[in-house]
Amino acid sequence: MKKTISLRVNGLERSVEVEARTTLLDMVREQFGLTGAKLGCDIQVCGACTLLVDGKPISACSVLAVDVDGAEILTIEGLSKKDALHPLQEAFMEFGALQCGYCTSGFILTAKALLEECPRPSEQQIRDYLAGNFCRCGCYQEIMQAVKNVAGS
Amino acid sequence: MELADIGKTFRRLDYETKVTGRAQYLADMSVPGMCHGKILRSPYPHARIKRIDASKALKVPGVMAVLTRDDILHDEGIEPYYGPVFKDQTIVAVEKVRHVGDPVAAVAALTVDAAEEALKLIEVDYEELPAVLNVDDSLKPGATLVHESVKLPASGFADLAELKPVEGTNVCTHFRLTRGDIQKGFAEADHIFEDTFTLPATQHSFLETHACIASVDPGGRITVWATTQNPFVVRTQLANIFKVPVAKVRVIVPYLGGGYGGKVYPKVEPITVALAQKAGRPVRVVLSREEVFYTITKHAAVIRMKTGVKKDGTLVARECEIHLDTGAYAEIGPRVAKKSGYTAAGPYRIPNLKIDSYSVYTNKPPAGAFRGFGVSQSAWAVESQMDIIAAALKIDPLELRKQNGYDEGDKFVTEETLRAVGLKECLDEVAKSIGWEDKTFKSSKVQGSKSENIRRGKGIACMIKATITPSISSAVVKLNEDASLSIYTGTVEMGQGSETVLAQIAGKELAIPLQTIQVLGVDTDVVPYDLTTSSSRSTFHMGKAVQLAAQDIMRQLKQIVVKEYGVPEDKVTFADGKIRLPETQLDYAEVMFKRFGMQGGTLVGEGQVKTSVKNEFGEKSTSAFWFLAAGAAEVEVDVDTGKFKLIKYATAVDVGKALNPLGCRQQLAGAAITGIGQAMFEEIAYDNGQLINPNLVDYVLPSLGDMPPVIDPICVEVPDRNGPFGAKGIGESALIPVAPAIANAVFDAVGVRIKDLPIKAEKIFLALEETKTKP
Repeated sequence: MKKTISLRVNGLERSVEVEARTTLLDMVREQFGLTGAKLGCDIQVCGACTLLVDGKPISACSVLAVDVDGAEILTIEGLSKKDALHPLQEAFMEFGALQCGYCTSGFILTAKALLEECPRPSEQQIRDYLAGNFCRCGCYQEIMQAVKNVAGS
Repeated sequence: MELADIGKTFRRLDYETKVTGRAQYLADMSVPGMCHGKILRSPYPHARIKRIDASKALKVPGVMAVLTRDDILHDEGIEPYYGPVFKDQTIVAVEKVRHVGDPVAAVAALTVDAAEEALKLIEVDYEELPAVLNVDDSLKPGATLVHESVKLPASGFADLAELKPVEGTNVCTHFRLTRGDIQKGFAEADHIFEDTFTLPATQHSFLETHACIASVDPGGRITVWATTQNPFVVRTQLANIFKVPVAKVRVIVPYLGGGYGGKVYPKVEPITVALAQKAGRPVRVVLSREEVFYTITKHAAVIRMKTGVKKDGTLVARECEIHLDTGAYAEIGPRVAKKSGYTAAGPYRIPNLKIDSYSVYTNKPPAGAFRGFGVSQSAWAVESQMDIIAAALKIDPLELRKQNGYDEGDKFVTEETLRAVGLKECLDEVAKSIGWEDKTFKSSKVQGSKSENIRRGKGIACMIKATITPSISSAVVKLNEDASLSIYTGTVEMGQGSETVLAQIAGKELAIPLQTIQVLGVDTDVVPYDLTTSSSRSTFHMGKAVQLAAQDIMRQLKQIVVKEYGVPEDKVTFADGKIRLPETQLDYAEVMFKRFGMQGGTLVGEGQVKTSVKNEFGEKSTSAFWFLAAGAAEVEVDVDTGKFKLIKYATAVDVGKALNPLGCRQQLAGAAITGIGQAMFEEIAYDNGQLINPNLVDYVLPSLGDMPPVIDPICVEVPDRNGPFGAKGIGESALIPVAPAIANAVFDAVGVRIKDLPIKAEKIFLALEETKTKP
């Protein structure tokens, strides 16, 4: 069964026909060609597919596209302006907060949501908020440093 | 623009594309006309396939091909058997399935949904067979055989030529190492220690699952986009399977979302090519998370270690038997057995040895390479037993290690001379980092802690390992007309930062800015041969090859200057990216213009590194250089519950020379974190051969919440004369000491010895309970 939904993706109005069982992740990757969010575990634990839906971090592998009808979606591709990267993107590069990069879009978007909820998080708050994202290359210490740097905490 | 340099942190060249989500990994790619491939897998650990009927599956709309054993057995153009050491794998199962998840058939269809629907309609009749599910059962006389016979390849790895399966048993390979006189050695010992240690299978769990896109031209030309760490090995294997010259196989490798050893040797490539050939269209296969667990694991092991020691702590003899569970297929298990055997003496002078290391077939998913393979198994036993010895003899564990540890010029167990040995520097650095000398704090109750029952302890461990030898790395660099540089290598960027380091090396030689250098992606049609991106070998081997290639360019520039400007060769020097002549200086672009007479032209430089089975002393060489590392852990253990916390972990690796210091620290801390996962919770769980946790909820990975407050990565620099600017490799070393360092810290804290990984609270609790009931 197909359904047409309308939403804003990275600031652009989009209207798209999706199968009722299409996930948000599949829609974004396959229908919009935005492949920065990755499928990692497929069961909402690794964080590689994180997108911001109305500002909140969501595991896009486990949400149906039809359920975000009318929502505002931000993917990693929409985070940077043409010539200016987001401060989190800059900090991730400066502190070496990535190696293979597969988890990176999920971490950056989750960290963005954290800083919007809580501009000056404590170390413990950062740990708790980002505990749902895996970095198998093990850049956790560098990720902490990058987020703390942007928060000024 | 700042000139490239070494010994200095440069922002990695792969970062901007990765932080903006623009980097293309395999599952992000598609090619025109592409179908989707799905694999039908065995539900049984061991069974004979009586019948396969794919006729219903073929009728599903959108299905382009179904691949079964009939396709690979009756096609003159396909050699069904393959494998990196022994030819014991088939593209799909032929007579038997040998583990749960063994591929039985595959479907290519226009949509993923159609492929999945068709899979369900393939009818397979199995006759279940008895299964061997652990090494002890597998080695019993009369045990069911996983392979009735094993085919050997015509030629294979030079370092594994002597290892063969033992006919009529489940022994995949047996590696034996003897040294001195083992009986005399034990007779000289004042104390003998005998312990058995075990560690379970674990999984690499790279966030990017294995994937492949394959396309086969009607003329037989094969193109694959692969998530592989060794494109040239995949090329060779595909050429052998599909009976074409290697030049007809093209392997392209995008950025990998992690490898850690789990993406070496063919994985999903043979089945994808076979599907593409049959479908007559390109096919993409992307494995699910569950399928990754059926594809490759880390060897579980049982290690029995008997060590003879003098009263003063001198190690004099060791007998060791290592049983590695290699699963249903040999994969690289033979080399894992060999490396475990070589390192069963640890980084210590032990004159009398008898080491027997076995890789053993079982009906479980294949085990292969995992970051530091072989050594991470043996070191768990070696470094745990060192502390058992230290405690019994009342010697400080750090001192016991330094007393017996290798120094420059010592002989390795193979009798070859060790050089550039920064072992004791690593030990001292980690000891300093965690405050080893602070005895008053050590093993005492935590001051200021609310609980009366928390004990704090410190533990240390170290290791030596080898790199794959002999091996080959080749590089080509092109100097373009504007003096920018293109670097062509087969080194796969999988997160380790190779692109940046290779650019730094070439840029340092030529004294040009990093921004003017492009490291090209891997494409076997374009880049020269490289054996593999594994074994922590790329900085040493490919780094050197790139350095030589850059020097080749400089030689050519010099020749042009001599010829075109009539300056004697000894008057031409290079400095700061310019060519200095007695009267003037030239930049590279000017020299290029002079040579080609227009704005155009290319200079091509080549470099090759080939390591040998003989070292510079004329001795048999098992490693082109040596890895040394140490780790130290501080833990808090609750004596009432066994619950423990890692407070601090320090890791020191002898990197030779830190070319990109931040990159080195990332590798050290990252490997240590993988080690923390394996030490504290990772374990593949089986029930009658069925994996019961093939997902990332039940198979737990370390997250930020599990991190100790401090991980201290320390680069020790004892340069190797053959490495580029003295650099060695660093990718694997830091992982290896983690588990024994933590187990030793737990012992230091509460006096119980955990010999079976992972170290879990309940094991500590039960061990503590046992000490209470003892008189």
